[in-house]
Amino acid sequence: MPQISQLMEVYLGQFFWLLIVIGIIYFGIARNMVPKISKTVDDRQKRITDDLAAAQAGQDKAEQIEADYRTSINEARAAAIEFVNEAKAKAASKNEAAIKRAETAIGKKADEADAELKAAQSSAMKEIEAVAAEAAQAIVKTVSGAKVTATEAKKAVKAAF
Amino acid sequence: MATEGKIDPMHQFEVQPIFDGFTLFGQQISFTNSALWMFVVLGLLYVFMAGGMKRELVPGRWQVMVEGIVGFIDNLILNSIGPNGKKYTPWIFTLFMFILFSNLLGMMPFGIIPGIHPFTVTSQFTVTGLLAAISFSIVLIVGFWKHGFKFFSLFIPHGTPLPMIPLIFMVEVLSFLVRPFSLALRLFVAMIAGHILIKVFASFVIQAIDAGGASWVIALLSIIFIAFVSALELLVCAIQAYVFALLTTLYINDAENLH
Repeated sequence: MPQISQLMEVYLGQFFWLLIVIGIIYFGIARNMVPKISKTVDDRQKRITDDLAAAQAGQDKAEQIEADYRTSINEARAAAIEFVNEAKAKAASKNEAAIKRAETAIGKKADEADAELKAAQSSAMKEIEAVAAEAAQAIVKTVSGAKVTATEAKKAVKAAF
Repeated sequence: MATEGKIDPMHQFEVQPIFDGFTLFGQQISFTNSALWMFVVLGLLYVFMAGGMKRELVPGRWQVMVEGIVGFIDNLILNSIGPNGKKYTPWIFTLFMFILFSNLLGMMPFGIIPGIHPFTVTSQFTVTGLLAAISFSIVLIVGFWKHGFKFFSLFIPHGTPLPMIPLIFMVEVLSFLVRPFSLALRLFVAMIAGHILIKVFASFVIQAIDAGGASWVIALLSIIFIAFVSALELLVCAIQAYVFALLTTLYINDAENLH
């Protein structure tokens, strides 16, 4: 086995070159390049975590804005409904008042017209009675020749009506 | 290698100088094929990591792969040691990636290109031994630095009856001291076994073809077997790298957090 038979002649050389190579790997690669690679990985991990956190924050903000928008729109809608109801009530009461006023005015006018009509009717009746009495007086005079006083004729006409 | 159509399954583990270097402590330090493949591992690892350094926010495939491995090691340490294990990440990363790339590179079929002889760095006890020794030293240094003599309480499990303490203490110390050897041997043996097996069956193929006649059946069976063993070895490559890194984190956890 050459590893044993050669041992005494080569071991110093083997140690010498191995120490040089191992030293270069240790100081040149393991202590110099590896931390940079680890840092790249860590940086990427951090970047991913940060980005995820930022995205989460953005989403939260968007949700908050949506919720705010919803409450404000609900408030506005409620206010609008209240305003409309108020306006409706106001308009209704105004209308009612106007109608009442109009009704009273119409009623008054109708009463006046009624009264006038009644007055006209009664005056017309009186005139008719007077004319009828005169006519009755004249008819009696020409038919029977009897004289009928105006008061008698009037009484008779009234009784006939 | 190829005398009388025979393959020496051990030849692949031989360390051969490519060009002479210098002497250190009276020993020749030459640039060997082992050192060459260590640098190939280093180069590949650098290319692999550099491909994932674009640092884009939306990663490409390569970047995902590199980030996946880094995340895998971070998780391993977090699960085994906890949040204060972060300072050991570079060492665990070095261990895992160096072993993984060495193992896989040793399994690549570079041998079909003439003149290139693949060499599995982790099949050398000197290499796995040094890696295990560094891990064990970290455990010892951290343990005594953080806890001082209290670190010895690691060797006395909770609820040990008083008369049993000396015996248990000895057993625990022994098992503790065996750790670096088991760590090094496990990887070394796992790597060497598969490679020898593949080479032995490869020599069967050549011998069977040389023999001629109906023995081509044996050659065919051997090739099929090699294919299966290669697939298994690829799995072992990843598992052994993981086991080495995992056990190191567990041992460091003992030192870091005591119990």
